[in-house]
Amino acid sequence: MAVMKMKFPFQKRVKLAQGLWLLSWCATVAGATTFTLGCLLKTELHRRAEVMDNTDIHIVPNTLMIVGLASLGINYFASKICQDALDAGRFPRWKNFLKPYFAISCFFTVLMLLTVIMSYAMTGSLESSLKVGLRNGIRFYKDTDTPGRCFQKQNIDRLQMEFQCCGNNDFRDWFEVQWISNRYLDFSSKEVKDRIKSNVDGRFLVDGVPFSCCNPSSPRPCIQYQLTNNSAHYNYDYQTEELNIYLRGCREALVNYYMGLMNTIGAGVLSVFLLQVHTVLTAIHLRFLQTAMEAVAGNENTEIETEGYLLEKGVKETIMEYLDPVLKFLLLKNQVQEGETAPVTA
Amino acid sequence: MTLLKMKFNQQRRVRLAQGLWLMSWLAVTGGAFIFCLGVYLKTELLRRDEVMENAEIHVVPNILMMVGLASMGTNWVASRVCQDSLDVSRFPRWKVPLLAWFAMAALLCCLLLTVVVLSYALQGSLEDSLKVGLRNGIRFYKDTDVPGRCFQKETIDRLQMEFRCCGNNNFKDWFEVQWVSSRYLDFTSQEVKDRIRSNVDGRYLLDGVPFSCCNPASPRPCLQNHLTDSRAHYNYEYQSEELNLYSRGCRQALTDYYMGLMNSTGPGVLSVIMIQMSVLLSMRYLQTAVEAAIASENPEGESEGYLLDKGVKETYQDVRAKVLGLLKFGQVDPSEDASGAAEGAKTADTEKAATPTPAS
Repeated sequence: MAVMKMKFPFQKRVKLAQGLWLLSWCATVAGATTFTLGCLLKTELHRRAEVMDNTDIHIVPNTLMIVGLASLGINYFASKICQDALDAGRFPRWKNFLKPYFAISCFFTVLMLLTVIMSYAMTGSLESSLKVGLRNGIRFYKDTDTPGRCFQKQNIDRLQMEFQCCGNNDFRDWFEVQWISNRYLDFSSKEVKDRIKSNVDGRFLVDGVPFSCCNPSSPRPCIQYQLTNNSAHYNYDYQTEELNIYLRGCREALVNYYMGLMNTIGAGVLSVFLLQVHTVLTAIHLRFLQTAMEAVAGNENTEIETEGYLLEKGVKETIMEYLDPVLKFLLLKNQVQEGETAPVTA
Repeated sequence: MTLLKMKFNQQRRVRLAQGLWLMSWLAVTGGAFIFCLGVYLKTELLRRDEVMENAEIHVVPNILMMVGLASMGTNWVASRVCQDSLDVSRFPRWKVPLLAWFAMAALLCCLLLTVVVLSYALQGSLEDSLKVGLRNGIRFYKDTDVPGRCFQKETIDRLQMEFRCCGNNNFKDWFEVQWVSSRYLDFTSQEVKDRIRSNVDGRYLLDGVPFSCCNPASPRPCLQNHLTDSRAHYNYEYQSEELNLYSRGCRQALTDYYMGLMNSTGPGVLSVIMIQMSVLLSMRYLQTAVEAAIASENPEGESEGYLLDKGVKETYQDVRAKVLGLLKFGQVDPSEDASGAAEGAKTADTEKAATPTPAS
């Protein structure tokens, strides 16, 4: 029993093929856009690679790029089919390619949707990656003479200035780390000796922050050192001072930035997804066309009305028809094993 | 003797018209590019408006925008002329507008050349403007409570961080200005009293700089205060310390930035000038060839195209006489002079009109 049988006059076939051709070219452009968006996201993630501990989040732009390229190829292929669709002599050579085309384009459309969902799901992974990366960056801030870590200071400084943030959770992270290198500490001075004796590990801890935490919007020149000591500065109250340094933590700032980026990209990808779904649906119309053409093939007068249908058999049988080759491929090994064990059990 | 004569048969005329149509659309794109360039340059200059004292340099992007728009219109007209050029009935109506078109196209080329020259010539003016603007910015740095100046601090801080510069000429400019507001000075402290007494104007001067002068590339945490005192900091030598602060002055940094911007647009502007010149020359050839073809008995046959009817000198004298004649028309002269001048203008007119064919 055929599903959704319809009559197709010649004019309608022509219009269908033309509409499909246009749609598949739009979808090709959309595929290229998806690829570009993936590249953009990858570049942005790569720029801050030094403050990220792992690269789990890179799966989002990688998938986007793959989907974009695949969608480019598939839709280009679809437009080629449309061009040949109305030529009874040239259409039959595409017959064998139509089934794989449906399968592949459905797969990549679903993958596109999955990417958008993934970009939301991976927020937690991004946060923990940034947490570890920033903690290391702050710890190795002073090691400008250690090979491999000598650029940490510059990275953290530029990061804090660009994203207008200070520290990991907030500026107090700097109080717990020695961020002034021993090379610049005068160990004969009493103040230095006191501070080093004041904690177990012998680190020089200060209640101060680097200059990159300073907020230019503050009405007064930046106070970097002795932040918790109200009497150290004139007209200064530690509890109520808001504008002096950045209060936001860099982890929060970076997560917000990347989530904003992925939201914008996600909106674009969703519209591409809708376009792709539309194209797949019209590809199903193409199936109409295919069946209509098959009726025409063998008829001398190609401009007659023909009948077309969505599926030759019912839905269940068609699905089985598609899945059979896949299952056979996967179950092939099992079949051999069944054959071997069969005599034993029998 | 005509200048640069060339023979055109029908086939060549068609090709010329087609090529010119394509080139005029290219020139329209070039005009759009020039306009966008002007807008971009204007935006960049406006962004740093607060540290510039006068707006003389704005003449460069203004001219670029005007020329871009005019060029788009002019070349669009050229493409319409091309479309009509092979139609015998429609081409003659363009006879007079084409004269205006040539004048306009020549003017645009001249203006574009002027812009290129100006962008180099105005460098001195830009530097002076920045010098005064930055000096004021540094002087009013502390006045975050004075209306109208309260954003100077933020502007100067962000400028120094973005352009990686410090002060006007260099960081020592900060030593000569009180950049710490009196609201945050404890006047009971001995140090503050000493510093204020140490100079005539009673200003709190220190050998320190704001945090925005700090260089992130420095291996040590930034030293902002007591910069000239080598003993104030451990392992610090004032004379040899290079990486601690930005060594470049902001005037130098900004001038370099804007000059670099205008230099990089130079090749684009020059190529647009080339395109416009070639459109102008091709249009002249097309005009003369088509007019000659229309005037001859066989419109589909061969005709001659040229750049100038007579030599350069004679054409210049002709045009000059014509323009003077036109000017004399407006004057209230004794009637004989007026009629004589009108006659002279008319003969010049008919002479000029005789060689290009009269409109049928």
